[in-house]
Order: sequence, then C-alpha cells, then structure tokens
Amino acid sequence: MLKRRVAIVGAGITLFRRRMLETGKELSFEASKMALDSAGLTLKDVDAVVEGSAPDAFDGVHMKGEYLLDGSGGVGKPYQRVFVGGGTGVFTPIAGWWNVASGFHDICLCVAEEKMSPLHPHPQYAFWSIFDQILERPLGVTLLWIFSLEMRRYMHKYGITEEDIAHVAVKNKGNAVDHPCAQLGARITVDDVMKSEPICWPVKRLDVSPPSDGAAAVVLASEKTAKKLTDQPVWLDGVGWTLDSTHWTNRDLAYPEYLEKAGRMAYKMAGIKNPRKEIDIAEVYDPFDYKELHHMEGLQLAGKGEAAKMTVEGVTQRDGDLPVCPSGGLLGVGNPIAAAGMMKICEVFWQLRGEAGKRQVKKDARVGLAQAWGDLMQVGTVAVMRS
Amino acid sequence: MSVKITSYPGREITTDELKQGKYLELVQKFEPRYSWAAGVAISRFLNELKEGRIIARKCLKCARTLVPPRMYCEQCFRPTDEWAYVKDTGTVNTYSISHVAADASRLKEPLLVAVVDLDGASPGIGILHMLGEIEPDRVRIGMKVSAVWKPAREREGAITDIRYFRPMEVE
Amino acid sequence: MPGAIDALLPLRIGIVGVGYSGFDSMTPGLSTRELMFEAASRAYEDAGIDPRKDVQSFICCTEDFWEGISITDEYMPDQLGAVLRPLCTVSSDGLVGLATACMHIASGLADVAVVESHSKASDVLNPSEIMSFALDPAYTRHVEADPRFVAGLEMARYLKDSGTKREYCAEVAVKNKRNALSNPRSVHGARLTKDEVLGSQPVATPLTDMEASKTIDGSIVFVLANAQKAKKLGNHTVWINGIGWNSDTPWIEDRNLSRATYAEQAASQAYKMANVRNPASYFDLAEVDDTYSYKELQHLEALKLAPRGKAGRMTSSGVFDKNGRLPVNVSGGSLGVGHLLEATGLHRVLEAIMQLRGDAGRMQVPKARKALVQSWRGIPTATGAVAVLGN
Repeated sequence: MLKRRVAIVGAGITLFRRRMLETGKELSFEASKMALDSAGLTLKDVDAVVEGSAPDAFDGVHMKGEYLLDGSGGVGKPYQRVFVGGGTGVFTPIAGWWNVASGFHDICLCVAEEKMSPLHPHPQYAFWSIFDQILERPLGVTLLWIFSLEMRRYMHKYGITEEDIAHVAVKNKGNAVDHPCAQLGARITVDDVMKSEPICWPVKRLDVSPPSDGAAAVVLASEKTAKKLTDQPVWLDGVGWTLDSTHWTNRDLAYPEYLEKAGRMAYKMAGIKNPRKEIDIAEVYDPFDYKELHHMEGLQLAGKGEAAKMTVEGVTQRDGDLPVCPSGGLLGVGNPIAAAGMMKICEVFWQLRGEAGKRQVKKDARVGLAQAWGDLMQVGTVAVMRS
Repeated sequence: MSVKITSYPGREITTDELKQGKYLELVQKFEPRYSWAAGVAISRFLNELKEGRIIARKCLKCARTLVPPRMYCEQCFRPTDEWAYVKDTGTVNTYSISHVAADASRLKEPLLVAVVDLDGASPGIGILHMLGEIEPDRVRIGMKVSAVWKPAREREGAITDIRYFRPMEVE
Repeated sequence: MPGAIDALLPLRIGIVGVGYSGFDSMTPGLSTRELMFEAASRAYEDAGIDPRKDVQSFICCTEDFWEGISITDEYMPDQLGAVLRPLCTVSSDGLVGLATACMHIASGLADVAVVESHSKASDVLNPSEIMSFALDPAYTRHVEADPRFVAGLEMARYLKDSGTKREYCAEVAVKNKRNALSNPRSVHGARLTKDEVLGSQPVATPLTDMEASKTIDGSIVFVLANAQKAKKLGNHTVWINGIGWNSDTPWIEDRNLSRATYAEQAASQAYKMANVRNPASYFDLAEVDDTYSYKELQHLEALKLAPRGKAGRMTSSGVFDKNGRLPVNVSGGSLGVGHLLEATGLHRVLEAIMQLRGDAGRMQVPKARKALVQSWRGIPTATGAVAVLGN
C-alpha cells in the first residue's frame, strides 16, 4: 500500500555556533544550496520545499515560515513549514517523504533552520512560553525544570547514577571533535561533567547542549529520479511520529512511550523486526546526556534501564557494536533546535555512504536511524534509512 | 560531513565581537498580549483554588480522577462525568533543584520544583509545583507532602494560591 | 513534476466527516481546547469513527503567536483524541493542512486522516502588533502603522493595473455581507449600500473598514479517507479531486502586487490534478478568499474564473451573486461571516461542503456538484492554496 520509495540524494549543513552573522534566511540558503550542489541539482529542478523551524520566538518573526521561505528556496513553489517542537529536525525530511511518496512531487528540498541568538536576554527565555499559561507559567517555570524532573525520575526508577549518564556527554563531545561544524567538540572526562556547575540538579552544565544558530538541508527524490541522480541513494524507508498528552505531569516520565510508538511506526514501514540487531548506527536525540539513554530504550535499542550499561561498556562508541551519535550529537555539535535534528539525518546519510571521514563508524553500516524529540517531553520523530 | 566537502558556510560572531559592537544589531521590543479564556474546567479549578480546595474531573469509563481537571477524557475521547475534590496532600513523583531563572540568570536561592501526585487523584496524576520548608538534599521521591496555602484573603484564584508543598513528617 | 502528478489522476480523496464550533466574535466560556473538543466530537460523529482506533494521522494548522504559546503542537492532541498517535503541526493555512492530509493518504501512510484549525482571536489583545511582527524586521517593521497598509498598497496597485473601478471592490463587500445574513454561522452579515461601504472609515487608503474582514472565534475539523474507506464511512462524502498550494516571495517590495501569483500557481496544480480544462465554466460555486474586498476580485482573476481586469465588472453585473451564473462566497466569505485566522481556508471548505451535501439551507445553490475553494494566508504573505471539490 505504500506507493513509492523515496531516497535522500544530497545534504548540506552550515557551521553551528552560539551566534552567527547570517540571518535565518541566509543560513537556510547556505544549507539548501549546499544540499542541491551535492545532488547536482539547481532550484529549478525542485518541485516542492519543506521547511522546519522551531519557535518563532527565537527568530523574532511571527509566521517565520513565511519569512524564511525565500532562503529555503520556496519562492514560486509549493512550500510548507512543519513544526513539532524539538522533533522538527527529523520531522522535516519526514514531511519531504510524504511530498514525494504521495506522488505529488518528484524532488523535494527539505531545510531545517534555527536562529536562537536574536532573543534577549537569552534564548532560553523563549521556552518559558511553551508552558501552560495558567497552571505553569505563574510558577516561573523554565525548560530546564522539566528535563531535570524527567532525568531524576529516570535515574530513580532504574537506579542509574549521574556518573553513568555523564559517559554520554564525554562520548558525544569527544565525537564532535571530528565534526567540522561542531560548536562544542572537546575531550572531557566524567569527572569534568560531575564537577560542572549544577544548573537544575541533576542537570549540570556539561550535561546539556547549548543554544545555537545553524541550518541543514537534504534533497529527497523518488526512486526513479534518485537512481538517475546518484549511484548511492540513501533510502528513507521508515518514518514515524507520535505525540503524547499535553498533561505531562500525569505521565510516567521514566519511559518515553510515545517514542516507542513512533519507533514502531517507522520500523514497521521499514520492515525492521529486531531494531537492536538490524539498526547499524543510531543518531539518537541528545539535548541532554540522559536523553540519549532514555531514547535508546524507547527505540528498543536497549532494554529498560540498560542503556547506561551499554554506554559505559563502550557498545555505543564509534567502534562499538551499535554506534550512537557518532556525529557528536547535540551535546557536541550544537543545538539549533530544528537544524540539530536535520544534522542527524545528514550524519546518517553520510555514514551510510561511507563519506563521514574521521567520524566513519568501524562497522559496515547499512541501516541507520535518526530520531528527534520535543514539545513537553511529548513527541518522538523517527526516520529509518538504508543504503 | 562528506569527505568530499572541504568547507562549511557560516560566519560566527564571538562574544567579544558582540561586546565590541563590531556588527550592526537591530534591537526591537515586542509585547504580544493575551487574555486566555480559561474555559469550563480551569475556571472551576481556579475558583476552587481560591477557596483553598483542589478539584478534579472523573471519567467513569476508564475510572480515572484527573487533575488538572478537563471536560474531556483524552484516553477514552468522551466528556468526563463528574467533579470530585482531591486532597491537598500527595507524594513527590520527581523533583529538581533549580539554580537558574527563566532568563538563564543565576538565582540567589535555589528553587525546589516537583511533580506532586495528589492523594485522591488516580495513580501518577500529579501537578507541577514547588517544595518548601525542606533542605534540597533531604528531598526524596516518594516523600509525603502537603500544600501550604496563602491566607484566604490573599488568594486570587491562581495556581500560586498554593505557595508550595511541605513535607508531612518532620525529618 | 508532470510525471509525478499523472500517477495521481484523479486524486479522489473523500471528506467524510465535518464538525465545527464557535463562529462567534468571542467564546469566553470555552478554552481553545474545549472549543476544539466540541468541533472534533461533531466531526467524528459525522464520520462515524473513533479517533482512538480509526485515525492514522492528525494534522493541526496553528501559528504560535496567534495562540500565545510557543510550540502550540503541545496543546493539540488530547482534545482531538490524538494522544499517543501521529499528530503534527503544519504552520500554514488550513487548506495546506488539508493538502498534507491528502499526501498522507495518497502515500499510503494513512487511510483516515484528521485536519483541524481554529481561531481564538478573542484571546488576542493586540492583534495588530502581532500581525506587524510578521513583517521583515529590518526592512518593513519600521512602518509604525496598522499593518494593513500592505493591503492598501496592494489594492492601489491592483486597481491601477487591472483597470478595476474602485466601487466594484465595495460591491464585493455589499454582496458578501448580504449573503452572510442567510448563513447561520455568520457574525458580520449586514445589508449595506456601496456608498456606505465606500464612506466607512479608511483603514489604509484605498481600503476602508467595511472592506476589511473582522476576526471571529471558531474551530473546524475534517475527517478525510481514501476512496475505499470513504465508501464505508458516512453517506455524504465530498471528494477532493485536486489540490495545490504555492508561495510567492516574502519580499513585499519584489512582488507583482496586482496579481495573486500564488493563487495562479496553486490553481494550476489543482486544476491539472482534477482535469479542469475550463475553470470559468466548470464550477457551480466558488468559495474564495475575501479577507479584503479587492482580494476576492484579484483571486477570481488568478483562478481564471474571470478574465484579467474583468472580475470587478462581472461582480457589479451580478455574475457572482447567489443567483448569478457562478455564485462566489454565497456563505458571505470572511467579510460576512468573519475571519478565522489560519482556519479561514478550512472555513471556505466547510461552506463548499455544505453546498455539495445539499445542507446549505437558504444559501443552497441548486444542483451544486462542483466547487472551487481557495485560501490566502493574509498579510504579509503571498501564500495560498486551492482545492477542487465534487460530490
């Protein structure tokens, strides 16, 4: 019943930095141009454009999808902006998928952009407005509260320590040293993480990814066209997304059930029966180090409460049996919200083509996964890719 | 990154350059203003808070008692059936110690925030609030807590009518 | 692109359930979510489905700054029955959301999809400033005036280039507001003369107050299904036979202000899909965007329902009246019913569906079989969508 196979045929990405000179439009342009060039295409060849960007509050423009559309290549084209909070970056190529798989369009350009730096006094302030206006904002709630509440619950339920979790930050920031666009690549130790200042305990400074500016893009094409454009198409074989209830204080935060469902949706489509065995490389969303573990479990890549052990044992290193975030993830490369998820898509794309240079994983990777997450710890977006 | 690509676009503005005013910056202030209709469920919830009570809605089909109250059950997709009071005591489901304010500036005194599962509501049904009258390192998941209310004349019909939750046993 | 679309002809995706709530200048007794629950409940009842079991995709069309929430997505699932289901937000007009649902169904991802959009404009205290916040921060926002100056600029250019008489725009407002008096959903219906319209307060010349639609609250929910499923669900399916959407440049200064090129392009895609060769004679009725009076004329020309420069005269001579050759906005449009922000496109669809189902009461166009629906996202965009519906 699924009509058409869709492939990623090109990718592009800008530097990720705390503050970039380029406007949101310019960042979108740089990433799109790079993606088109890499596919040997021009804007004329593109039938539709999908843009992904998270809260308008960052850029400081209402209906920012409209504002960004020229830089994203959307002028004179069918253009849509999709927005599912932090899940947007992986959701953007999913939207590209439906543009092509439906038969509506043949070649779709997918751009994810985020410019967080404009917001004064600090990008984090925008997150105050994601909370319930009546029941939560009057408490002075910050984004960090909900992550730290979730982290504490996860640690409590499975008896996981802060040290265990810190291994993820060490791994990812270390991996990011080899990523040319990385904002925070560094060789640190578990001790460094444990000694970093507590922001919202148990979250400490080195447990968390930074706000950033950046953009990334991919080009999607139908099977027939993809085969003409490249001899190494990367097939977007599975897509999935799920949104849980608004009432996050009524949910068990220890396990991301919504991510399990999103994962299953994507796995089913891609014909994956045993994710732990069949997924060769996973770019799992890691805005905080504990999230990588939390998400691995939701994605059935680790048993409940077991992801930390896998990490400490080195299974998720680049030369391990299941490399996770070989790019360096959000912790190391940076977190321009929507662009970060797209960065993961680009990483899997390059890894599956053997083009990841110093970051190339040791094993022969044929099937990869990219995942993003967001909203009030509610949404999981998953993409399964095959070479 | 593809090994074929040798350079990546983007020009950074460093913190120093920003401080030096090296680049043109347009500063604009914008204040969107809203008056959100609380609706049937939350209006009643707020009115009850003013009276020093916490009210919930029950869905008789899945037999859950829900706080914050809502007029529809999201699991069953049907209107909820009844109002029911729940206690202003509960259990700490999870907590955190915050050292930063919403704008990322450092707080002088850390804030204790928690999800408190309320007694009388269904298991796992909690609300977000603060903890008080306890040292951060003494907080435990599973602790019993009770609400400390503002005095009646100060209550406005807001979530802040509850000041915080404090431990029920003296530790 | 041509190769892509051919495989689809005809599109044939069914709208099997319709629900709406609100349609009032204010809805203070209900929260946005409660308003949506009402509309969704009605739509699911109409379609005969259980959202917890029968729907594979939910799509919402919202914009954060109209809601006063960043990541409005978060507050959507519960009241639609979408908890732990695939739900996403498309930041665009409702008709683009409808197109997205069509893509979900056409790709095989979903058999049944739900689309929702709403306006809770009454919660917004400074809407004019919010609309201005959509203008380019560096080049346009410095104009400290009601942002509808953009409409004034565009209207002036359209009148000049098309040779349309100023009073013809006023006649659009007269027609639509009068039509609205027969629409049980309308808030801004009125019986006015064209002089009253022309004499009303200037907003940004040449646009006057009576020619600018006013916002109302409301939520609209549709249930869509593929052809196979649609046969089993509901007994008054309206078919989407073609749909298209398009955006022109965000730079107001660069646009050809007299032509709605986004509507031309979107229509081109929709007509091709639905095999509409002669739009001017194909449709029994049209619901087109009339956020401002002149927009209806501009859109009619872009949609090829009127030759360039002729829409005004045709309006004046009654071609687009309720009893005319091609009734346009019999519902009253946004001018007569009220403007529903991002839900406006779905409102156009709603009114067309009522007609095609034969449920339009006093507004009923006899033997309505084929309808054209078109939307525009409003200032400062040049984005819009078009759909071809049939019963």
